[in-house]
Amino acid sequence: MRVKVFVTPRQGILDPQGRAVEQALKSLGFDGINGVHVGRYIVLDLKAASADEARDAARRMCDELLANPLIEDYRFEVEPG
Amino acid sequence: MKWGVVTFPGSLDDRDTLHALREVMGQEAVSLWHKDQSLGGAQCVVLPGGFSYGDYLRCGAIARFSPIMRSIARFAGDGGLVMGICNGFQILCEAHLLPGALTRNRSLSFICERVTLRVENSHTPFTRAARQGELLRLPIKHGEGLYVAPEEELRQMEERGQVLLRYVGADGVPSDAANPNGSTRAIAGVANQRFNVFGLMPHPEHAAEPMLGGEDGLRIFQSIIESAG
Amino acid sequence: MSRPVALPGEPPVDHDLAAAHGLTRDEFDRIRALLGRTPTYTELGVFSVMWSEHCSYKSSRRHLRMMPARGERVVQGPGENAGAIDVGDGWLAVFKIESHNHPSFVEPYQGAATGVGGILRDIFTMGARPVASMDSLKFGSFDHPRTRYLLSGVVAGIGGYGNCVGVPTVAGETMFDPAYNANILVNAFCLGLVRRGELLSARASGVGNPVLYVGSATGRDGIHGASLLASAEFHATSESKRPTVQVGDPFTEKLLIEACLEAAKTGAIVAIQDMGAAGLTSSSSEMAGRGGLGIELDLDRVPLREPGLTPYEILLSESQERMLIVAARGRVGELEGIFTKWDLHAVEIGRITDDRRWRVRAGGKVVADIPVAALTDDAPLYDRPAAPPPKPATAPRTTAAAPSASEALRALLASPNVASKRWIFRQYDSIVQSNTVVGPGGDAAVLRIKGTHRGLALTVDSNPRACAIDPYLGAVATVCEAAINVAAAGARPAGITNCLNYGNPERPEIMWQFIRGVEGIRDAALAFDAPVVSGNVSFYNETEGRAIPPTPTIAVVGLLDDFHQRVTQFFSHPGDLVLIVRTGRPQLAASEYASLFGPDGDALGPIDLARERALAEGLVDAAQAGLISSCHDVSDGGLAVALAEACFNPEGPLGAELALAPGFDTARELFGEGRSTVVLSAPLESVVRLTERFRTAGLEVIAGGRVTRPTRLRIGSVIDEDLLELREIYERALPGRIGDR
Repeated sequence: MRVKVFVTPRQGILDPQGRAVEQALKSLGFDGINGVHVGRYIVLDLKAASADEARDAARRMCDELLANPLIEDYRFEVEPG
Repeated sequence: MKWGVVTFPGSLDDRDTLHALREVMGQEAVSLWHKDQSLGGAQCVVLPGGFSYGDYLRCGAIARFSPIMRSIARFAGDGGLVMGICNGFQILCEAHLLPGALTRNRSLSFICERVTLRVENSHTPFTRAARQGELLRLPIKHGEGLYVAPEEELRQMEERGQVLLRYVGADGVPSDAANPNGSTRAIAGVANQRFNVFGLMPHPEHAAEPMLGGEDGLRIFQSIIESAG
Repeated sequence: MSRPVALPGEPPVDHDLAAAHGLTRDEFDRIRALLGRTPTYTELGVFSVMWSEHCSYKSSRRHLRMMPARGERVVQGPGENAGAIDVGDGWLAVFKIESHNHPSFVEPYQGAATGVGGILRDIFTMGARPVASMDSLKFGSFDHPRTRYLLSGVVAGIGGYGNCVGVPTVAGETMFDPAYNANILVNAFCLGLVRRGELLSARASGVGNPVLYVGSATGRDGIHGASLLASAEFHATSESKRPTVQVGDPFTEKLLIEACLEAAKTGAIVAIQDMGAAGLTSSSSEMAGRGGLGIELDLDRVPLREPGLTPYEILLSESQERMLIVAARGRVGELEGIFTKWDLHAVEIGRITDDRRWRVRAGGKVVADIPVAALTDDAPLYDRPAAPPPKPATAPRTTAAAPSASEALRALLASPNVASKRWIFRQYDSIVQSNTVVGPGGDAAVLRIKGTHRGLALTVDSNPRACAIDPYLGAVATVCEAAINVAAAGARPAGITNCLNYGNPERPEIMWQFIRGVEGIRDAALAFDAPVVSGNVSFYNETEGRAIPPTPTIAVVGLLDDFHQRVTQFFSHPGDLVLIVRTGRPQLAASEYASLFGPDGDALGPIDLARERALAEGLVDAAQAGLISSCHDVSDGGLAVALAEACFNPEGPLGAELALAPGFDTARELFGEGRSTVVLSAPLESVVRLTERFRTAGLEVIAGGRVTRPTRLRIGSVIDEDLLELREIYERALPGRIGDR
């Protein structure tokens, strides 16, 4: 079972990377940018009997290791197969 | 000769490079601002170490779009001498003025220490004051200095002599233990095919005075002076 | 005078809400008396942070006054953002140490990183370019499950921030002890240099002068970081409005350093202060307070990172990398130009007034109107009761069979408290700025001052084990250790900054520890003639009623007339003679040996401060006269460990032999600590002069050692070890424990 995990800076938390990238894009002439956030994209290949089981495992992995709940949010998508 | 040292937002060793050039070596050196277009008549442009734009996104990825980089690319295209130290090396790779890329150290942590380097090709404008095979002691200080390039490109670079510096042990031989960051083929510094653009992770400007890390770094600067002279 | 208005949705202000903000009943009544009315919700928040221990020093202030803060070199003592001493040739050294303990325990990377960022701002806000950092770190036992996580995070955070701003981390200390399992300490030091006459101040002046906000935008970071808030109302607010961890942005800090130093050169800055703890509130009220003036702020102009921040949140935010500037009238444009050049905000948000009030507007309405003095000088000042704790019943600890001297030496070198800290300091850029003559890993770092021959020696030390036995003697010993460390490098101790880490001051025994600690620092600082020019107090370092041991952290700045005369700790010439010079017999109490192998009495004998000073002076004289090849201060692990360390010369290890007089081969002599002792090496022709010089000064000199080319360490008949093996133990211990390759 493949799980795609997206870790992003928590809403309202300072995101220096996002801000630097936003500035750079603006200086390259890209207009109409409301915000940029930089996070991590993690792909997990899990042995799991069901999507629910994979979801459960992924949630625990995110809580314990993949994301820092103090400063990061996460979400994930489970792909069957 | 006249040197130009670029300051990007987040450059750190720009002042150190200017200090080594002006105070230690008595050279004429101008500070170049990243928003400028002019290279101030410099015969060699140095892109210094640091964390340009915080190294956010990828090291050197944002700095390469600074206005001055267009002038530097033109200058290099005309055969002008360009040297990138540490973050400057990363910027030159991102700007495709040098082959390959620099990624996170094998240990995944920042490393600051003195290393031993072997001069692999002393017939270049950046190394001619050194002997072939000479060992230099220079400091490194970086978190992303692991050099990578496609295998075929590496083979060609080796054949053409584009690898100028390699990490070695005190005995002058490369080894896993003597490779501080896990660089492919222990590569510490490379030149382009024309040998007028040079990037290296070690810091020659921090080995320019006997009381502060020795004087081996002067070899690099002296080579450039001889070449420009 | 317009009366401040309550905003829609704000809770009613009463004793309960005040209590939830950490204010006592008496304090709340006093606020009402000072205002002549009940504060608004916004004002209550402001009082709660300004009257917190962190901002007001209400428990410590009256005791800190006893520290010696004057001296002929002192240009700025306590009271500004940092202290400053004159180091010669027109240069001032500006320095301070500060704690970031709790944030680092909660989120080690960001906590440590923002600790570094905060102390840097305290230095460049004085107009000084930061040139060196140090850190004193205390972690729990290595066996504690969180220790490795906290260690890795804190070290990465210090490096991540310090390396990126280009300020070298040149020295530090790290200790592991179960007493810090639930409350680690992260104390960060920074030193900057500024030309005499270019020092900036945080004292507002000039009625009508504009107030500029510069740096990062304001978010909801760390609201109430400075006070203790445990309020039902607060937790009831939505998830997204909960206070958030402060995140550091070293890239912006680097821009802020360059922009502020460039702005300082213009002369258009009247006063400047970091928006640190309690952010905009403390910086604005403190600058006005120092100048005896008032200030008006318009929150509608404050750059915000996200919409919808309330006045309460804007005033209490602890977002990082922000500064408040009082500018000279008519010169705002000039300053704006500089900050814009560095891609930073510079926004006029208020002005200086003459009515001594702190007045804040938002949405066109006055939301706070408070006498400045009520937030600063009239904050509570307590003389809390202090009493020594009842003598604990000393349960005789079972002592394991005493190890042989060789076994003990090996065990000590492998102890994380003694072993090489290379795993830590190689993660720090220690050479940027091209001033580092001696970097981390020795007794003291040595920097040169460019354009001069002068050098600075820096060290940071603490001795919580001794402080736990006797908080006064422990503090004295800590100052001695630090002073001798810089003297060993050849530098004269010239100034001190301290970070006083203690438990809850509302408990009489903690208050007693604190006062005894301050007295100890006072006495030792006077003895070395090294004034205490800045510092920080960190109380409430305890978890579930268990306080950390008293931990005064002492940083000493020493001066070298010529940095070429600096002395390193390493033996460098085979054939040199080895001398041991000391102020008294060492003792096992509070030693690393005792912590590994069991106690041997727990009393600390008195310290002879006259002799300590004589040792420091003798070492500086010897260095200036070029009499010595090396000098190493004996500290954790005692004499045998110091001898081994002196052999570990990175340019090529050497060996040493030491003959011992009868009765000298005891654990106490070889592994004891607590009395200043140095291991010197010197050529034969210097030894007579040195011996006479030190003996005349009342110091004990033990001869009978020499430096050898074969890399063995031989001490009497009890130790005969291969130094390369010892070095392997010493170097591998920490990475081995951490599980790094």
